[in-house]
Amino acid sequence: MAAKTLTIDGKQISADECATILEAAADAGITIPTLCHLEGVYDVGACRLCLVEVTGISKLLPACTTKVAEGMEIRTDTERLIRYRRMTLELLLAERNHVCAVCVANGHCELQTLAFNQGVDHVRYEYCFPKWEVDNSHALFGMDHNRCLLCTRCVRVCWHIEGAGTKNVSGRGAKARIISDLNQPWGTSDTCTKCGKCVMACPTGALFYKGSTNSEMERDRDKLEFIVTAREKKQWIA
Amino acid sequence: MDRLRVSTVWLGGCAGCHMSFLDLDEVLIELAARIELVYSPLIDVKEYPENVDLCLVEGAVCNEDNLDMIHKIRARTKVLVSFGDCAVTANVPAIRNQLGLKNGESVLQRAYVEGAQAMGGLPQEPGIVPALLDRVMPVHEVVYVDYFVPGCPPPADHIQAVMNQVLSGAEPRLQGAQLKFG
Ligand code: SF4
Ligand code: SF4
Ligand code: FES
Repeated sequence: MAAKTLTIDGKQISADECATILEAAADAGITIPTLCHLEGVYDVGACRLCLVEVTGISKLLPACTTKVAEGMEIRTDTERLIRYRRMTLELLLAERNHVCAVCVANGHCELQTLAFNQGVDHVRYEYCFPKWEVDNSHALFGMDHNRCLLCTRCVRVCWHIEGAGTKNVSGRGAKARIISDLNQPWGTSDTCTKCGKCVMACPTGALFYKGSTNSEMERDRDKLEFIVTAREKKQWIA
Repeated sequence: MDRLRVSTVWLGGCAGCHMSFLDLDEVLIELAARIELVYSPLIDVKEYPENVDLCLVEGAVCNEDNLDMIHKIRARTKVLVSFGDCAVTANVPAIRNQLGLKNGESVLQRAYVEGAQAMGGLPQEPGIVPALLDRVMPVHEVVYVDYFVPGCPPPADHIQAVMNQVLSGAEPRLQGAQLKFG
């Protein structure tokens, strides 16, 4: 496998030619904030939080879906990027109904953590206050559309780790939503194996174990990584 | 040195932020020497005074009273701080916004008529019971806010940090996990 040499934030690095900018940065100890990226499943570039600047390219590129190239000069920490990251997080918080104080994921939520780490002390956009449902029809899990970011992590683990294909996205734009099977109550799905991988994958309080209340929803993402490593590398290591 | 003229107000919130302020415990005694509390639900002053240096606003803007009050506060205060999630995000009081416009009526209907065990009826006392606004708003949607202290409620040590920064003449600046909502 050929190696590419490039710089990230001025640091000279070499990376495998198949690596994404995100992977190359991680190897070099540079953290790029992500939200829709999940170790173990392919990337879709849905959240735009991982945008980086590449010299010579005027638009910003998502680090998670852009492959490295020879001589690339990448910046992850410019003022423009910091400004856009904050904007993206504020727009995500304004789009649906995020009431952290009464959320199952309070204290264990990736959106919440990213927001404070990027210095979001308030949301400058008008909150949309849309009306969304909670689907509590499943025996073990619940889905609160008020907290969903449409990152599609749940969809990807459902199709590509579990292979069940229960979860999907329906609709477009602000009306897009996560559905089960043919847009029916989750509890009536024939394909759901009740494995709970979607719940483990969700970054927010949108998917939860039934019975968890305010701040109780902690998830075990290591389990997903364990399964992926076992499948891809035939190594059963925890 | 003149003591800093500080006020705290309680709009649409649960008083939890004020409870958290009281959680400053013995620090309150030190603070008392450096600030003068000129208006607050904790003291008995009826009218919001002029020339206030710093105001901590708890709560969202939910009714006409809150709306009048926040304009008055802004006009008479140098530095306005949104104090706690209800002021910063509109938080729990704004859940009724999801019911669409006219939710002011429907929530009262639900609470005072459908949920009443006896003597159901909408509360109506013009001049005494303020009418609900159609849409609950965070404070910065109504007036300019200088600083934000998120948290439901903000822990006492965050309040202390902000007060110390203000008293030492520095810009109040909370960082990282100190900015956590919820
Ligand atoms: S999902 Fe996260 S950001 Fe949204 S309300 Fe819950 S804790 Fe807050
Ligand atoms: S339910 Fe969770 S994992 Fe699925 S799209 Fe929404 S936020 Fe992402
Ligand atoms: S992590 Fe790259 S776009 Fe979401």
